[in-house]
Amino acid sequence: MISYRHFQFSRSEMSLREKLWQVSWSFVLLVTVVCSIGFLTLYSAANGNIDPWASRQMMRFLVGMAVMLSVSMVDIRAWMRWSYTLYVIALVLLMAVEIRGSVGMGAQRWIDLGFIQLQPSEIMKITLVLALARYFHGATYQDVGRPLFLVPPLIMVLAPVGFVLKQPDLGTAMMLTLASGAMFFLSGVRLWKFALIIGSGCGAVPVAWRFMREYQRQRIITFLNPENDPLGAGYHILQSKIALGSGGLFGKGFMLGTQSHLNFLPEKQTDFIFTMLAEEWGMVGGVVLVGLYTLILVYGYAMSLRSRSQFGRLTGLGLTTTFFLYVFINTAMVMGLVPVVGVPLPLISYGGTAMLTLLFGFGLIMSVYIHRDVHIGRRGAVDEV
Amino acid sequence: MNRDNDRGKIIGRRAILLGGGKLALISALVGRMYYLQVVEAGKYAVLADENRINLRLLPPPRGRILDRNGVPMAVNQQNYRVVIVSEQTDDLDDTLDALSTIIPINDHDRARIARDAKRHRSFVPVTVRENLSWEDVARIEINTPDLPGVMIDVGQSRNYPLEGLGAHLLGYVSAVSEADLQSSTDPLLELPGFRIGKAGVERVYDLALRGKGGTSQVEVNAVGRTIRELKRDEGEPGLDLNLTIDLELQQFAAQRLGQESAAAVVLDIHSGDILVMASTPSFDPNAFNRGLTSDEWRELISNPRSPLTNKAIAGQYPPGSTFKLMTAMAALESGAITADQRVFCPGQMSLGNITLHCWKKTGHGALDLVGGIKNSCDVYFYEIARRAGFERIAEMAKRFGLGTPLGLDVPGERGGIIPDKAWKRATLGQPWYPGETPINAIGQGYVLATPLQLAVMCARLANGGKAVEPHLARDIVQGVHAVPRQAPAWPDLGVSRQTLTLVRRGMTAVVNEPGGTAYSVRIKDEGMMMAAKTGSAQVKRISVRERESGVKKQDELAWKDRDHALFIAYAPEPEPRYACCVVVEHGMHGASAAGPVARDILIEVQKRYGQRTVQTAPDRPRDQDGLAQHDHDHDHGEHGDHG
Repeated sequence: MISYRHFQFSRSEMSLREKLWQVSWSFVLLVTVVCSIGFLTLYSAANGNIDPWASRQMMRFLVGMAVMLSVSMVDIRAWMRWSYTLYVIALVLLMAVEIRGSVGMGAQRWIDLGFIQLQPSEIMKITLVLALARYFHGATYQDVGRPLFLVPPLIMVLAPVGFVLKQPDLGTAMMLTLASGAMFFLSGVRLWKFALIIGSGCGAVPVAWRFMREYQRQRIITFLNPENDPLGAGYHILQSKIALGSGGLFGKGFMLGTQSHLNFLPEKQTDFIFTMLAEEWGMVGGVVLVGLYTLILVYGYAMSLRSRSQFGRLTGLGLTTTFFLYVFINTAMVMGLVPVVGVPLPLISYGGTAMLTLLFGFGLIMSVYIHRDVHIGRRGAVDEV
Repeated sequence: MNRDNDRGKIIGRRAILLGGGKLALISALVGRMYYLQVVEAGKYAVLADENRINLRLLPPPRGRILDRNGVPMAVNQQNYRVVIVSEQTDDLDDTLDALSTIIPINDHDRARIARDAKRHRSFVPVTVRENLSWEDVARIEINTPDLPGVMIDVGQSRNYPLEGLGAHLLGYVSAVSEADLQSSTDPLLELPGFRIGKAGVERVYDLALRGKGGTSQVEVNAVGRTIRELKRDEGEPGLDLNLTIDLELQQFAAQRLGQESAAAVVLDIHSGDILVMASTPSFDPNAFNRGLTSDEWRELISNPRSPLTNKAIAGQYPPGSTFKLMTAMAALESGAITADQRVFCPGQMSLGNITLHCWKKTGHGALDLVGGIKNSCDVYFYEIARRAGFERIAEMAKRFGLGTPLGLDVPGERGGIIPDKAWKRATLGQPWYPGETPINAIGQGYVLATPLQLAVMCARLANGGKAVEPHLARDIVQGVHAVPRQAPAWPDLGVSRQTLTLVRRGMTAVVNEPGGTAYSVRIKDEGMMMAAKTGSAQVKRISVRERESGVKKQDELAWKDRDHALFIAYAPEPEPRYACCVVVEHGMHGASAAGPVARDILIEVQKRYGQRTVQTAPDRPRDQDGLAQHDHDHDHGEHGDHG
């Protein structure tokens, strides 16, 4: 259907063996180490039982690993070609959950496909990055300077954010917005435009406050002053801080966290798993984990920036930023730095969807790296020279 | 290619900026961790312990109350309860059905159990029934395989095995009130179902009886389930308190008083030990512990014989003729009269424009002091009181313990009244009229005293004028420990030996000489001789019209209008050891209503403890008994005429 123009330095037609040779196995090892920390923590959360959490998480990890490697093998140009299509599919699915979805956790967030609960907002985290990367691929600094040029990508961002907010899922909306913002920034959107947006955003706070759901307002109030309501909404943050603080520098020891094991800590196997880890392993454990996450970020940056194509670089950096947002929002949330918004700790929190999304994303980053020397024309598919 | 390079530069620059931002945020995370886990670690460690460690109070067993011989008067009873833990049973209703074939469970109980089970967490035991009998406990234990989640739980509850006996001095325990909580910092009071002393000895010695609560540190999870015990401190059990009461004597006295509204006090004249303190009718203190129904309460407080009042210390009565002893002492000590000076009693006496009658209208003729006491001649005492003046009599009465509470270790003691000029001016705003002296001198008018005060007065007469003070606890209680009492050295009251001897001779004559007002109740047993003084206290004034229309006989009056009967006595004479006072409300005549009770109690106490020394009983011919029989009827002479 589409023919490619080949350059001498092109590596477009690598064999599978060549690609496997290019895989950054140290990165794969790093991801495996972080996931293994997750298995250990889940084992402790179940009071020293591999069931029900650690075992299932391992299964998901194995599936996710396969997905990640498969994704990394797919040519970056193919991802570019499919990026809009995938984006549209994700958007349609988002609309679908809005229209018909099963009700859970007070919000409609997934489509039950029988074997897996499909969460379109998670898919959107990846497809939006791909779509934006494709849009900004080949755009010149001058193009990006034109305000009209920025209208389509803004619509591409605001449409899913709107649906996600309506679900309502504040955490995902925040992540989509911030990751997209990072991509706009990387693409060369002028800084004063960011200043303008941020400024008017601050101005819009009172308006937004009016449109927020009661529980969302409550979360923000509670966040600002958790001691206000220590038995109600502030309970989670307070208990989390107590767990962290009482862990001290070296922690209470593996499987000895009192706050977690006596159930004072809520959601210890999902959103608050970082707290449990830092209670049992102390600040040392927390810093080691954050260090490993930082190392993943560094890998993400290094792999993305090695790409010769704008699409590759934007995709890699966008996904790395998404990963960073997972890490930051979750840990800042359990430390009481940002409101409780329900973002899992990447690779560690119990849950299949986030694990799959993340490993899929890592697969894309690896694909970017493996196909780093592939030249992609301005419109991607058809190189016009 | 240039475009690509430009873009590469821009994205590279901005990626570095973005990455720098991320690193800054990650540093903020690490900083936050440092703040929470190092700077504030101590504070959060405390909060975490507060979360997981629950301090449970262990109530100490309450000290028992024993009589002087170690017979228990207040004990702790095992209270067997059957409880059900809803999480351990498949179906609460089915299990209750099975249980109801063993012990009755009515619909009301069922509703309560269902409510409690719903309100508490599923691991909290819910009480099905309390106070199970041994048979019920055994039958439930045998059937436990068929009763999942059903358990027998043992608690302790206060029990007064004697029911009404000694209830007034024992008092009772009852639930902690809001006021108790505010006035005490003892965390034990906050325990559900904890009981504290609310009256009597239970209240006075509550802290010692209560003991010190133990604590158990347990680890709990977020929903409050106990995971394990971390530390245990057993606390200190309450002190077993010995009273000076002799339970058998107390029982004897209560039986002798029977259904009368009456009080009896017996005390050791040297030590101040109270051997008997009875007040009838009584009440069952167990009912207060259990909780009274409003009907029971109404009945108790509306009973005209006031079962809740400890009449021995809170009943204030005009002492009547028993007070004449004080008048005699004051007159002798002041020199107003001498032992041999005689006063002629024509049956009445004029004082200014009023005429005062003697109880014996025909008069007693010329009487000396011993004769005056023996016959309880009103005119004799009118005259000596006139000579001595009431101030002196009041002063003497106060020395002997009247007019103020004696400081007994039981709450609710009242002080009675010994009037004098200052008292009258302060309370009535009037001067003392001379006409009031003779009336008050024979224990009428304003004078009031409690049975305990009269017993102490008698004891101080009998022990040689020593200011003995009564008490109920055998040992001195300091904190939660008991220290044995030292042999008491009571201060001397400063009354001369001759005066005491004379008055005691008068009291001996009252009982042991024919013609004495209580000759009929004398003790004939060898070495147990009693000395006494009778008294009748007028309750209703008899008006001039009533007198003119003929004085009604006492037993024609309504019960509440009849005179109180009083009797004070000590034994054995001449080496006395025990003093006794019996007051029968509306009993009419001291010698007939109160005297026999006092005599029987004094015989009983001497039988139990023996006489201090062998002595020669006065040799009284027995055939004079009959002669004396009519005598006791005469001791109703205190109808002092107020003109």
